[in-house]
Amino acid sequence: MRVRALSVRIFRQFMRDKRTLALLFVAPLFILTLVYCIFGGTGSVPKIGTAGLPDTISGALRASSADIVSYDSEAAARAELTDRKLDALLTVSDGKPTLLLEGSDPSRSRAVMLAVSAMQRTTAADVFKPQIEYLHGKPGMSSFDAFGPVMIGFFSFFFVFLLAGVAFLRERTTGTMERLMATPIRRHEVVLGYLGGFGLFAIMQSALVACFAIYALGMYMTGSIWLILLVNLLLTLTALTLGTLLSAFAGSEFQIIQFVPIVIVPQAFFSGLFPLDGMSPWLHKLTYAMPLYYGGDALRDIMIRGEGFGGIAVDVGVLLGFSLLFAALNVVALKKQRAI
Amino acid sequence: MADRPNEERRDSMSTVLEPQDAIKLEGVSRSFGDRTILKEISLRIRRGELFGLLGPSGSGKTTLIKLMTGIDAADGGRITVLDYRVPSLPLLGKIGYMAQSDALYGELTAKENLMFFGAMFELRGARLAERIADALATVGLSQDAGKLVSRFSGGMKRRLSLAVALLHEPELLILDEPTVGIDPALRVSIWASLLALRERGTTILLTTHVMDEAERCDRIGLIRDGSLTAVGSPADLKANTGAGTIEEAFIRLGGERP
Repeated sequence: MRVRALSVRIFRQFMRDKRTLALLFVAPLFILTLVYCIFGGTGSVPKIGTAGLPDTISGALRASSADIVSYDSEAAARAELTDRKLDALLTVSDGKPTLLLEGSDPSRSRAVMLAVSAMQRTTAADVFKPQIEYLHGKPGMSSFDAFGPVMIGFFSFFFVFLLAGVAFLRERTTGTMERLMATPIRRHEVVLGYLGGFGLFAIMQSALVACFAIYALGMYMTGSIWLILLVNLLLTLTALTLGTLLSAFAGSEFQIIQFVPIVIVPQAFFSGLFPLDGMSPWLHKLTYAMPLYYGGDALRDIMIRGEGFGGIAVDVGVLLGFSLLFAALNVVALKKQRAI
Repeated sequence: MADRPNEERRDSMSTVLEPQDAIKLEGVSRSFGDRTILKEISLRIRRGELFGLLGPSGSGKTTLIKLMTGIDAADGGRITVLDYRVPSLPLLGKIGYMAQSDALYGELTAKENLMFFGAMFELRGARLAERIADALATVGLSQDAGKLVSRFSGGMKRRLSLAVALLHEPELLILDEPTVGIDPALRVSIWASLLALRERGTTILLTTHVMDEAERCDRIGLIRDGSLTAVGSPADLKANTGAGTIEEAFIRLGGERP
Protein backbone atom coordinates (compact mmCIF):
# COMPACT_ATOMS: atom_id res chain seq x y z
CA MET A 1 0.00 0.00 0.00
CA ARG A 2 2.80 2.41 0.87
CA VAL A 3 4.68 1.38 -2.26
CA ARG A 4 1.63 2.06 -4.40
CA ALA A 5 0.97 5.43 -2.76
CA LEU A 6 4.59 6.42 -3.37
CA SER A 7 4.40 5.37 -7.02
CA VAL A 8 1.15 7.27 -7.50
CA ARG A 9 2.69 10.35 -5.91
CA ILE A 10 5.71 10.26 -8.22
CA PHE A 11 3.42 9.75 -11.21
CA ARG A 12 1.32 12.79 -10.23
CA GLN A 13 4.36 14.99 -9.62
CA PHE A 14 5.74 14.01 -13.00
CA MET A 15 2.53 14.69 -14.88
CA ARG A 16 2.48 18.26 -13.55
CA ASP A 17 6.08 18.95 -14.55
CA LYS A 18 5.68 19.60 -18.26
CA ARG A 19 9.29 20.52 -18.93
CA THR A 20 10.63 17.33 -17.46
CA LEU A 21 8.06 15.36 -19.42
CA ALA A 22 9.29 17.07 -22.56
CA LEU A 23 12.89 16.23 -21.71
CA LEU A 24 11.97 12.61 -21.21
CA PHE A 25 9.77 12.15 -24.25
CA VAL A 26 10.63 14.79 -26.84
CA ALA A 27 14.38 15.27 -26.43
CA PRO A 28 15.32 11.67 -27.41
CA LEU A 29 13.17 11.90 -30.54
CA PHE A 30 14.75 15.21 -31.47
CA ILE A 31 18.31 13.91 -31.08
CA LEU A 32 17.50 10.65 -32.83
CA THR A 33 16.12 12.59 -35.77
CA LEU A 34 19.28 14.71 -35.88
CA VAL A 35 21.44 11.59 -35.84
CA TYR A 36 19.30 10.14 -38.60
CA CYS A 37 19.79 13.23 -40.76
CA ILE A 38 23.56 13.18 -40.25
CA PHE A 39 24.31 9.46 -40.47
CA GLY A 40 21.25 8.19 -42.32
CA GLY A 41 22.66 8.65 -45.86
CA THR A 42 24.82 6.00 -47.52
CA GLY A 43 27.80 8.38 -47.76
CA SER A 44 28.58 11.40 -49.90
CA VAL A 45 29.70 11.26 -53.54
CA PRO A 46 33.42 11.97 -53.86
CA LYS A 47 34.57 14.46 -56.46
CA ILE A 48 37.59 13.26 -58.43
CA GLY A 49 39.45 15.40 -60.92
CA THR A 50 41.29 13.81 -63.86
CA ALA A 51 43.90 15.11 -66.26
CA GLY A 52 45.25 13.30 -69.33
CA LEU A 53 43.49 9.99 -68.72
CA PRO A 54 42.88 7.48 -71.50
CA ASP A 55 39.20 7.44 -72.48
CA THR A 56 38.72 3.81 -71.38
CA ILE A 57 39.66 4.63 -67.80
CA SER A 58 37.58 7.82 -67.69
CA GLY A 59 34.61 5.85 -68.93
CA ALA A 60 35.02 3.20 -66.24
CA LEU A 61 35.32 5.89 -63.60
CA ARG A 62 32.14 7.52 -64.74
CA ALA A 63 30.37 4.21 -64.31
CA SER A 64 31.37 4.22 -60.64
CA SER A 65 29.64 6.33 -58.04
CA ALA A 66 32.21 9.12 -58.13
CA ASP A 67 31.64 12.57 -59.57
CA ILE A 68 34.30 12.91 -62.31
CA VAL A 69 35.59 16.23 -63.62
CA SER A 70 38.11 16.33 -66.46
CA TYR A 71 40.73 19.05 -66.64
CA ASP A 72 42.91 20.03 -69.58
CA SER A 73 46.06 20.44 -67.55
CA GLU A 74 47.29 18.85 -64.37
CA ALA A 75 48.25 22.27 -62.97
CA ALA A 76 44.67 23.55 -63.25
CA ALA A 77 43.37 20.42 -61.53
CA ARG A 78 45.96 20.73 -58.75
CA ALA A 79 44.85 24.31 -58.09
CA GLU A 80 41.26 23.08 -57.66
CA LEU A 81 42.44 20.36 -55.30
CA THR A 82 44.30 22.92 -53.20
CA ASP A 83 41.14 25.00 -53.08
CA ARG A 84 39.36 21.89 -51.75
CA LYS A 85 36.97 21.87 -54.69
CA LEU A 86 38.14 18.31 -55.42
CA ASP A 87 38.64 15.34 -53.12
CA ALA A 88 41.28 13.67 -55.29
CA LEU A 89 43.20 14.00 -58.51
CA LEU A 90 43.83 11.01 -60.83
CA THR A 91 46.62 11.39 -63.37
CA VAL A 92 48.62 9.07 -65.59
CA SER A 93 52.28 9.70 -66.23
CA ASP A 94 54.54 7.25 -68.11
CA GLY A 95 51.64 4.78 -68.19
CA LYS A 96 51.45 4.66 -64.39
CA PRO A 97 48.29 6.03 -62.68
CA THR A 98 48.73 8.27 -59.64
CA LEU A 99 45.95 9.15 -57.21
CA LEU A 100 46.56 12.34 -55.22
CA LEU A 101 44.18 12.61 -52.30
CA GLU A 102 43.20 15.87 -50.65
CA GLY A 103 43.56 13.84 -47.45
CA SER A 104 42.40 16.13 -44.66
CA ASP A 105 39.18 14.18 -44.10
CA PRO A 106 39.67 10.40 -43.76
CA SER A 107 36.05 9.64 -44.52
CA ARG A 108 36.22 11.45 -47.86
CA SER A 109 39.54 9.76 -48.69
CA ARG A 110 37.88 6.42 -48.02
CA ALA A 111 35.01 7.31 -50.32
CA VAL A 112 37.49 8.11 -53.09
CA MET A 113 39.33 4.82 -52.58
CA LEU A 114 36.03 2.97 -52.71
CA ALA A 115 35.14 4.58 -56.03
CA VAL A 116 38.60 3.84 -57.49
CA SER A 117 38.52 0.20 -56.41
CA ALA A 118 35.04 -0.13 -57.90
CA MET A 119 36.54 1.19 -61.14
CA GLN A 120 39.34 -1.39 -60.98
CA ARG A 121 36.76 -4.12 -60.63
CA THR A 122 34.86 -3.02 -63.72
CA THR A 123 38.02 -2.77 -65.80
CA ALA A 124 39.35 -6.15 -64.67
CA ALA A 125 38.19 -9.30 -66.43
CA ASP A 126 34.90 -10.75 -65.27
CA VAL A 127 36.40 -14.18 -64.55
CA PHE A 128 36.34 -13.93 -60.77
CA LYS A 129 33.43 -11.75 -59.89
CA PRO A 130 31.63 -13.08 -56.77
CA GLN A 131 27.95 -12.71 -56.20
CA ILE A 132 27.62 -10.58 -53.05
CA GLU A 133 25.22 -11.67 -50.31
CA TYR A 134 24.67 -10.59 -46.71
CA LEU A 135 24.37 -12.82 -43.65
CA HIS A 136 23.04 -9.88 -41.62
CA GLY A 137 21.96 -6.45 -42.73
CA LYS A 138 21.41 -5.39 -46.31
CA PRO A 139 23.21 -3.61 -49.14
CA GLY A 140 23.30 0.12 -48.61
CA MET A 141 22.83 -0.15 -44.82
CA SER A 142 23.76 3.22 -43.30
CA SER A 143 25.77 3.83 -40.14
CA PHE A 144 22.50 5.01 -38.60
CA ASP A 145 21.16 1.47 -38.98
CA ALA A 146 24.36 0.01 -37.55
CA PHE A 147 24.65 2.02 -34.34
CA GLY A 148 21.00 3.04 -34.06
CA PRO A 149 20.09 0.17 -31.73
CA VAL A 150 22.79 1.27 -29.29
CA MET A 151 21.51 4.86 -29.47
CA ILE A 152 18.00 3.75 -28.53
CA GLY A 153 19.40 2.09 -25.43
CA PHE A 154 21.66 5.01 -24.68
CA PHE A 155 18.81 7.55 -24.63
CA SER A 156 16.66 5.45 -22.35
CA PHE A 157 19.62 5.03 -20.03
CA PHE A 158 20.83 8.62 -20.03
CA PHE A 159 17.56 10.47 -19.51
CA VAL A 160 16.18 8.11 -16.90
CA PHE A 161 19.50 8.19 -14.99
CA LEU A 162 19.44 11.97 -14.89
CA LEU A 163 15.78 12.38 -13.94
CA ALA A 164 15.71 9.65 -11.31
CA GLY A 165 18.93 10.97 -9.75
CA VAL A 166 17.64 14.53 -9.58
CA ALA A 167 14.19 13.51 -8.29
CA PHE A 168 15.63 11.37 -5.51
CA LEU A 169 18.09 14.08 -4.58
CA ARG A 170 15.39 16.73 -4.51
CA GLU A 171 13.43 14.63 -2.09
CA ARG A 172 16.44 14.81 0.20
CA THR A 173 17.29 18.50 -0.21
CA THR A 174 13.69 19.70 0.24
CA GLY A 175 13.39 17.76 3.49
CA THR A 176 10.57 15.51 2.31
CA MET A 177 12.86 12.48 2.54
CA GLU A 178 13.36 13.18 6.22
CA ARG A 179 9.62 13.69 6.62
CA LEU A 180 8.99 10.43 4.80
CA MET A 181 11.46 8.68 7.07
CA ALA A 182 9.48 9.94 10.08
CA THR A 183 6.63 7.68 8.92
CA PRO A 184 6.69 3.90 9.41
CA ILE A 185 7.69 3.30 5.77
CA ARG A 186 10.43 0.72 5.31
CA ARG A 187 13.54 1.52 3.35
CA HIS A 188 12.90 -1.09 0.72
CA GLU A 189 9.38 0.28 0.28
CA VAL A 190 10.91 3.65 -0.63
CA VAL A 191 13.09 2.05 -3.30
CA LEU A 192 10.22 -0.07 -4.66
CA GLY A 193 7.92 2.94 -4.75
CA TYR A 194 10.45 4.86 -6.78
CA LEU A 195 10.93 1.90 -9.11
CA GLY A 196 7.18 1.73 -9.63
CA GLY A 197 6.62 5.43 -10.26
CA PHE A 198 9.61 5.95 -12.49
CA GLY A 199 9.36 2.52 -14.10
CA LEU A 200 6.06 3.53 -15.61
CA PHE A 201 7.62 6.51 -17.34
CA ALA A 202 10.66 4.48 -18.27
CA ILE A 203 8.47 1.92 -20.06
CA MET A 204 6.57 4.61 -21.93
CA GLN A 205 9.75 6.41 -22.90
CA SER A 206 11.58 3.35 -24.16
CA ALA A 207 8.53 2.21 -26.14
CA LEU A 208 8.17 5.63 -27.71
CA VAL A 209 11.86 5.92 -28.61
CA ALA A 210 12.06 2.42 -30.07
CA CYS A 211 8.85 2.75 -32.09
CA PHE A 212 9.86 6.18 -33.38
CA ALA A 213 13.26 4.92 -34.51
CA ILE A 214 11.87 1.82 -36.21
CA TYR A 215 8.58 2.99 -37.69
CA ALA A 216 9.12 6.71 -38.28
CA LEU A 217 12.83 6.82 -39.12
CA GLY A 218 12.87 3.35 -40.67
CA MET A 219 15.80 2.04 -38.66
CA TYR A 220 16.84 -1.42 -39.85
CA MET A 221 15.02 -4.00 -37.76
CA THR A 222 14.57 -7.73 -38.26
CA GLY A 223 13.84 -8.96 -34.70
CA SER A 224 10.92 -8.77 -32.33
CA ILE A 225 9.74 -5.39 -31.06
CA TRP A 226 8.74 -7.02 -27.76
CA LEU A 227 12.27 -8.15 -27.11
CA ILE A 228 13.46 -4.60 -27.84
CA LEU A 229 11.02 -3.27 -25.27
CA LEU A 230 12.13 -5.87 -22.74
CA VAL A 231 15.82 -5.00 -23.10
CA ASN A 232 15.05 -1.27 -23.04
CA LEU A 233 12.98 -1.66 -19.91
CA LEU A 234 15.77 -3.54 -18.14
CA LEU A 235 18.25 -0.93 -19.25
CA THR A 236 16.11 1.88 -17.84
CA LEU A 237 15.62 -0.03 -14.60
CA THR A 238 19.40 -0.20 -14.30
CA ALA A 239 19.64 3.52 -15.02
CA LEU A 240 16.93 4.22 -12.47
CA THR A 241 18.53 2.25 -9.67
CA LEU A 242 22.00 3.55 -10.48
CA GLY A 243 20.75 7.15 -10.66
CA THR A 244 19.00 7.01 -7.31
CA LEU A 245 21.95 5.20 -5.75
CA LEU A 246 24.48 7.78 -6.92
CA SER A 247 22.23 10.68 -5.89
CA ALA A 248 22.93 9.60 -2.30
CA PHE A 249 26.47 10.84 -2.91
CA ALA A 250 25.47 14.17 -4.42
CA GLY A 251 24.61 17.33 -2.53
CA SER A 252 22.95 19.27 -5.33
CA GLU A 253 21.50 18.95 -8.80
CA PHE A 254 24.78 20.23 -10.17
CA GLN A 255 26.65 17.39 -8.52
CA ILE A 256 24.31 14.92 -10.25
CA ILE A 257 25.37 16.48 -13.55
CA GLN A 258 28.98 15.87 -12.49
CA PHE A 259 28.29 12.15 -12.61
CA VAL A 260 27.60 12.38 -16.34
CA PRO A 261 31.26 12.49 -17.48
CA ILE A 262 32.17 9.79 -14.97
CA VAL A 263 29.29 7.37 -15.37
CA ILE A 264 27.58 8.08 -18.67
CA VAL A 265 30.34 9.12 -21.09
CA PRO A 266 32.61 6.08 -20.54
CA GLN A 267 29.59 3.85 -21.03
CA ALA A 268 28.88 5.55 -24.33
CA PHE A 269 32.41 4.70 -25.47
CA PHE A 270 32.19 1.09 -24.35
CA SER A 271 28.62 0.51 -25.44
CA GLY A 272 29.43 -0.46 -29.02
CA LEU A 273 28.86 2.94 -30.59
CA PHE A 274 32.54 2.72 -31.51
CA PRO A 275 34.42 -0.42 -32.53
CA LEU A 276 36.32 -1.87 -29.56
CA ASP A 277 38.46 -4.42 -31.42
CA GLY A 278 41.51 -2.19 -31.45
CA MET A 279 41.45 -1.74 -27.70
CA SER A 280 44.04 -3.41 -25.50
CA PRO A 281 42.65 -6.63 -23.99
CA TRP A 282 42.86 -5.53 -20.35
CA LEU A 283 40.98 -2.31 -21.14
CA HIS A 284 38.47 -4.35 -23.08
CA LYS A 285 37.57 -6.17 -19.86
CA LEU A 286 36.13 -2.88 -18.55
CA THR A 287 33.17 -3.35 -20.86
CA TYR A 288 31.95 -6.15 -18.61
CA ALA A 289 31.28 -3.59 -15.87
CA MET A 290 29.16 -1.37 -18.11
CA PRO A 291 25.39 -1.94 -18.17
CA LEU A 292 25.08 -0.10 -21.47
CA TYR A 293 27.40 -2.62 -23.13
CA TYR A 294 24.98 -5.47 -22.42
CA GLY A 295 21.99 -3.38 -23.45
CA GLY A 296 23.64 -2.27 -26.70
CA ASP A 297 24.79 -5.81 -27.45
CA ALA A 298 21.31 -7.25 -26.95
CA LEU A 299 19.60 -4.50 -28.95
CA ARG A 300 21.99 -5.03 -31.86
CA ASP A 301 21.51 -8.77 -31.78
CA ILE A 302 17.76 -8.31 -31.97
CA MET A 303 17.53 -5.51 -34.51
CA ILE A 304 20.32 -6.38 -36.92
CA ARG A 305 20.88 -10.10 -36.45
CA GLY A 306 17.28 -10.99 -35.63
CA GLU A 307 18.17 -13.00 -32.54
CA GLY A 308 15.40 -14.49 -30.39
CA PHE A 309 15.29 -14.57 -26.60
CA GLY A 310 17.87 -17.36 -26.44
CA GLY A 311 20.45 -15.12 -28.12
CA ILE A 312 20.08 -12.29 -25.60
CA ALA A 313 19.37 -14.27 -22.43
CA VAL A 314 22.82 -13.59 -21.00
CA ASP A 315 22.50 -9.84 -21.57
CA VAL A 316 19.03 -9.85 -20.03
CA GLY A 317 20.31 -11.75 -17.00
CA VAL A 318 23.22 -9.40 -16.45
CA LEU A 319 21.02 -6.29 -16.73
CA LEU A 320 18.59 -7.78 -14.25
CA GLY A 321 21.52 -8.51 -11.94
CA PHE A 322 22.75 -4.91 -12.18
CA SER A 323 19.26 -3.59 -11.31
CA LEU A 324 18.93 -5.89 -8.31
CA LEU A 325 22.41 -5.01 -7.08
CA PHE A 326 21.87 -1.26 -7.37
CA ALA A 327 18.42 -1.49 -5.77
CA ALA A 328 19.82 -3.45 -2.83
CA LEU A 329 22.67 -0.96 -2.40
CA ASN A 330 20.06 1.78 -2.48
CA VAL A 331 18.19 0.23 0.42
CA VAL A 332 21.48 0.16 2.33
CA ALA A 333 22.36 3.74 1.36
CA LEU A 334 19.03 4.93 2.78
CA LYS A 335 20.42 4.06 6.21
CA LYS A 336 22.10 7.43 5.96
CA GLN A 337 18.60 8.93 6.24
CA ARG A 338 17.36 6.74 9.03
CA ALA A 339 19.16 4.05 10.98
CA ILE A 340 16.28 1.54 10.75
CA MET B 1 -6.52 7.80 21.42
CA ALA B 2 -7.39 8.87 24.94
CA ASP B 3 -4.55 8.24 27.28
CA ARG B 4 -5.29 6.33 30.47
CA PRO B 5 -2.22 6.59 32.66
CA ASN B 6 -3.34 3.87 35.05
CA GLU B 7 -4.15 1.30 32.43
CA GLU B 8 -1.76 -1.61 32.27
CA ARG B 9 0.68 -1.01 29.50
CA ARG B 10 1.95 -3.43 26.88
CA ASP B 11 4.72 -5.60 28.06
CA SER B 12 7.86 -5.01 26.13
CA MET B 13 11.25 -6.45 26.87
CA SER B 14 12.96 -3.09 26.77
CA THR B 15 10.31 -1.27 28.74
CA VAL B 16 11.85 0.82 31.45
CA LEU B 17 9.15 3.44 31.34
CA GLU B 18 7.12 4.41 34.33
CA PRO B 19 3.44 4.16 33.36
CA GLN B 20 3.07 7.92 33.45
CA ASP B 21 6.03 8.64 31.19
CA ALA B 22 5.65 9.16 27.46
CA ILE B 23 9.30 9.93 26.79
CA LYS B 24 12.37 9.08 28.82
CA LEU B 25 15.89 10.18 27.91
CA GLU B 26 18.83 8.81 29.87
CA GLY B 27 22.23 10.40 29.33
CA VAL B 28 21.66 11.07 25.66
CA SER B 29 24.56 12.57 23.69
CA ARG B 30 25.01 13.45 20.06
CA SER B 31 27.94 14.97 18.23
CA PHE B 32 28.74 15.60 14.59
CA GLY B 33 32.44 15.14 14.01
CA ASP B 34 34.17 16.91 16.87
CA ARG B 35 31.23 19.23 17.44
CA THR B 36 29.15 18.18 20.43
CA ILE B 37 25.50 19.11 19.92
CA LEU B 38 23.91 17.42 22.94
CA LYS B 39 25.63 16.55 26.21
CA GLU B 40 24.26 13.87 28.52
CA ILE B 41 20.61 14.89 28.33
CA SER B 42 18.25 13.20 30.78
CA LEU B 43 14.57 14.11 30.69
CA ARG B 44 11.16 12.59 31.34
CA ILE B 45 8.01 13.82 29.66
CA ARG B 46 4.73 12.66 31.14
CA ARG B 47 1.81 11.25 29.23
CA GLY B 48 -0.78 13.84 28.34
CA GLU B 49 1.38 16.83 29.08
CA LEU B 50 2.23 19.72 26.81
CA PHE B 51 5.96 20.08 27.06
CA GLY B 52 7.91 22.95 25.54
CA LEU B 53 11.58 22.93 24.68
CA LEU B 54 12.83 26.46 24.85
CA GLY B 55 16.19 27.61 23.64
CA PRO B 56 18.01 29.87 21.18
CA SER B 57 18.61 28.64 17.65
CA GLY B 58 21.59 26.32 17.48
CA SER B 59 21.08 25.11 21.05
CA GLY B 60 20.25 21.56 19.94
CA LYS B 61 16.43 21.55 20.10
CA THR B 62 15.94 20.11 16.62
CA THR B 63 18.66 17.50 17.08
CA LEU B 64 17.04 16.37 20.33
CA ILE B 65 13.67 16.04 18.61
CA LYS B 66 15.14 14.02 15.77
CA LEU B 67 16.73 11.65 18.26
CA MET B 68 13.36 11.09 19.93
CA THR B 69 11.69 10.17 16.63
CA GLY B 70 14.55 7.90 15.64
CA ILE B 71 15.34 9.73 12.39
CA ASP B 72 18.74 10.44 13.85
CA ALA B 73 20.64 8.08 16.14
CA ALA B 74 22.23 9.09 19.44
CA ASP B 75 25.92 8.39 20.06
CA GLY B 76 25.30 7.47 23.67
CA GLY B 77 22.48 7.09 26.15
CA ARG B 78 19.08 5.51 25.97
CA ILE B 79 15.79 6.79 24.59
CA THR B 80 12.43 5.22 25.32
CA VAL B 81 9.25 6.60 23.78
CA LEU B 82 5.73 5.20 24.39
CA ASP B 83 7.20 1.89 25.59
CA TYR B 84 9.40 1.52 22.54
CA ARG B 85 13.15 1.59 22.61
CA VAL B 86 14.12 4.15 19.92
CA PRO B 87 14.66 3.61 17.02
CA SER B 88 11.55 1.60 16.20
CA LEU B 89 9.38 1.47 13.09
CA PRO B 90 6.08 0.71 14.88
CA LEU B 91 6.77 3.69 17.14
CA LEU B 92 6.89 5.99 14.10
CA GLY B 93 3.28 5.02 13.42
CA LYS B 94 2.27 6.53 16.77
CA ILE B 95 4.14 9.80 16.46
CA GLY B 96 2.94 12.84 14.57
CA TYR B 97 6.02 14.76 13.51
CA MET B 98 6.26 18.25 12.12
CA ALA B 99 9.70 19.27 10.95
CA GLN B 100 11.13 22.74 11.23
CA SER B 101 11.13 23.21 7.47
CA ASP B 102 7.94 22.43 5.60
CA ALA B 103 8.46 19.11 3.91
CA LEU B 104 5.63 19.09 1.40
CA TYR B 105 5.30 18.21 -2.27
CA GLY B 106 4.78 21.48 -4.14
CA GLU B 107 3.54 19.80 -7.32
CA LEU B 108 0.67 18.21 -5.42
CA THR B 109 -2.46 19.77 -3.93
CA ALA B 110 -2.95 19.99 -0.18
CA LYS B 111 -5.35 17.06 -0.32
CA GLU B 112 -2.98 14.95 -2.39
CA ASN B 113 -0.19 15.61 0.12
CA LEU B 114 -2.46 14.44 2.92
CA MET B 115 -3.57 11.40 0.92
CA PHE B 116 0.06 10.43 0.41
CA PHE B 117 1.06 10.79 4.04
CA GLY B 118 -2.18 9.13 5.14
CA ALA B 119 -1.24 6.09 3.06
CA MET B 120 2.13 6.00 4.80
CA PHE B 121 0.22 5.49 8.05
CA GLU B 122 -2.04 2.95 6.35
CA LEU B 123 -5.15 5.06 6.50
CA ARG B 124 -7.51 4.36 3.63
CA GLY B 125 -10.97 4.78 2.19
CA ALA B 126 -13.67 6.56 4.17
CA ARG B 127 -11.47 6.76 7.25
CA LEU B 128 -8.75 8.56 5.30
CA ALA B 129 -11.26 11.00 3.78
CA GLU B 130 -12.71 11.71 7.21
CA ARG B 131 -9.29 12.28 8.76
CA ILE B 132 -8.21 14.56 5.91
CA ALA B 133 -11.36 16.69 6.28
CA ASP B 134 -10.85 16.85 10.04
CA ALA B 135 -7.15 17.76 9.87
CA LEU B 136 -7.77 20.43 7.23
CA ALA B 137 -10.55 21.93 9.34
CA THR B 138 -8.31 22.00 12.42
CA VAL B 139 -5.70 24.13 10.64
CA GLY B 140 -8.28 26.18 8.72
CA LEU B 141 -7.37 25.00 5.25
CA SER B 142 -10.63 23.33 4.23
CA GLN B 143 -11.18 25.88 1.47
CA ASP B 144 -7.72 25.30 -0.01
CA ALA B 145 -7.72 21.49 -0.21
CA GLY B 146 -7.59 21.49 -4.02
CA LYS B 147 -4.86 24.11 -4.39
CA LEU B 148 -1.32 23.24 -5.40
CA VAL B 149 1.02 23.56 -2.43
CA SER B 150 3.54 25.50 -4.56
CA ARG B 151 0.96 28.34 -4.60
CA PHE B 152 0.62 28.32 -0.82
CA SER B 153 1.97 31.11 1.38
CA GLY B 154 4.54 30.30 4.06
CA GLY B 155 1.88 30.30 6.77
CA MET B 156 -0.40 27.99 4.80
CA LYS B 157 2.46 25.53 4.30
CA ARG B 158 3.16 25.59 8.02
CA ARG B 159 -0.48 24.81 8.74
CA LEU B 160 -0.56 22.01 6.20
CA SER B 161 2.55 20.52 7.82
CA LEU B 162 0.67 20.53 11.09
CA ALA B 163 -2.32 18.87 9.42
CA VAL B 164 0.01 16.11 8.16
CA ALA B 165 1.24 15.57 11.71
CA LEU B 166 -2.33 15.36 13.07
CA LEU B 167 -3.62 13.12 10.30
CA HIS B 168 -3.32 9.71 11.93
CA GLU B 169 -4.37 10.89 15.41
CA PRO B 170 -1.01 10.10 16.98
CA GLU B 171 -0.57 9.43 20.69
CA LEU B 172 2.42 11.74 20.68
CA LEU B 173 2.86 14.94 18.71
CA ILE B 174 6.39 16.22 18.15
CA LEU B 175 6.33 19.68 16.66
CA ASP B 176 9.45 21.63 15.74
CA GLU B 177 8.67 25.35 15.83
CA PRO B 178 5.02 24.87 14.85
CA THR B 179 3.99 28.51 14.81
CA VAL B 180 6.88 30.14 12.95
CA GLY B 181 5.59 32.37 10.15
CA ILE B 182 1.97 32.06 11.20
CA ASP B 183 -0.01 35.26 11.77
CA PRO B 184 -1.22 36.05 15.31
CA ALA B 185 -4.91 35.27 14.76
CA LEU B 186 -4.10 31.86 13.36
CA ARG B 187 -1.55 31.20 16.08
CA VAL B 188 -4.29 31.64 18.62
CA SER B 189 -6.48 29.12 16.80
CA ILE B 190 -3.61 26.62 16.40
CA TRP B 191 -2.89 26.86 20.11
CA ALA B 192 -6.56 26.29 20.79
CA SER B 193 -6.43 23.08 18.79
CA LEU B 194 -3.22 21.97 20.53
CA LEU B 195 -4.83 22.52 23.91
CA ALA B 196 -7.93 20.62 22.76
CA LEU B 197 -5.71 17.71 21.67
CA ARG B 198 -4.08 17.72 25.08
CA GLU B 199 -7.50 17.58 26.69
CA ARG B 200 -8.14 14.42 24.71
CA GLY B 201 -4.96 12.91 26.13
CA THR B 202 -2.43 13.52 23.36
CA THR B 203 1.10 14.13 24.60
CA ILE B 204 2.60 17.15 22.88
CA LEU B 205 6.25 18.09 22.69
CA LEU B 206 7.09 21.28 20.88
CA THR B 207 10.04 23.57 20.47
CA THR B 208 9.73 27.30 20.44
CA HIS B 209 11.64 30.45 21.05
CA VAL B 210 8.56 32.53 21.61
CA MET B 211 8.30 33.24 25.34
CA ASP B 212 4.55 33.67 25.58
CA GLU B 213 4.12 30.24 23.99
CA ALA B 214 6.41 28.78 26.60
CA GLU B 215 4.13 30.24 29.27
CA ARG B 216 1.23 28.12 28.01
CA CYS B 217 3.07 24.81 28.31
CA ASP B 218 2.52 22.52 31.30
CA ARG B 219 6.25 22.24 31.72
CA ILE B 220 9.21 23.61 29.86
CA GLY B 221 12.79 22.55 29.46
CA LEU B 222 15.40 25.22 28.91
CA ILE B 223 18.13 24.13 26.59
CA ARG B 224 21.36 25.95 25.95
CA ASP B 225 24.51 24.84 24.14
CA GLY B 226 23.37 21.25 24.17
CA SER B 227 22.55 21.02 27.87
CA LEU B 228 19.24 21.15 29.68
CA THR B 229 19.68 23.99 32.15
CA ALA B 230 16.30 23.68 33.85
CA VAL B 231 13.04 21.75 33.66
CA GLY B 232 9.80 22.70 35.37
CA SER B 233 6.47 24.44 35.06
CA PRO B 234 6.65 28.09 33.97
CA ALA B 235 5.53 29.18 37.44
CA ASP B 236 8.19 27.06 39.19
CA LEU B 237 10.95 28.30 36.92
CA LYS B 238 10.03 31.90 37.58
CA ALA B 239 9.75 31.30 41.31
CA ASN B 240 13.06 29.41 41.54
CA THR B 241 14.96 32.14 39.76
CA GLY B 242 13.06 35.00 41.23
CA ALA B 243 12.32 36.26 37.73
CA GLY B 244 9.14 38.00 36.61
CA THR B 245 9.02 36.41 33.19
CA ILE B 246 10.19 33.23 31.50
CA GLU B 247 12.53 35.35 29.46
CA GLU B 248 14.24 36.66 32.58
CA ALA B 249 14.35 33.20 34.08
CA PHE B 250 15.96 31.93 30.94
CA ILE B 251 18.62 34.63 30.99
CA ARG B 252 19.37 34.09 34.69
CA LEU B 253 19.64 30.35 34.21
CA GLY B 254 21.86 30.83 31.20
CA GLY B 255 24.56 32.33 33.37
CA GLU B 256 24.87 29.41 35.74
CA ARG B 257 25.18 26.37 33.56
CA PRO B 258 25.46 23.07 35.39
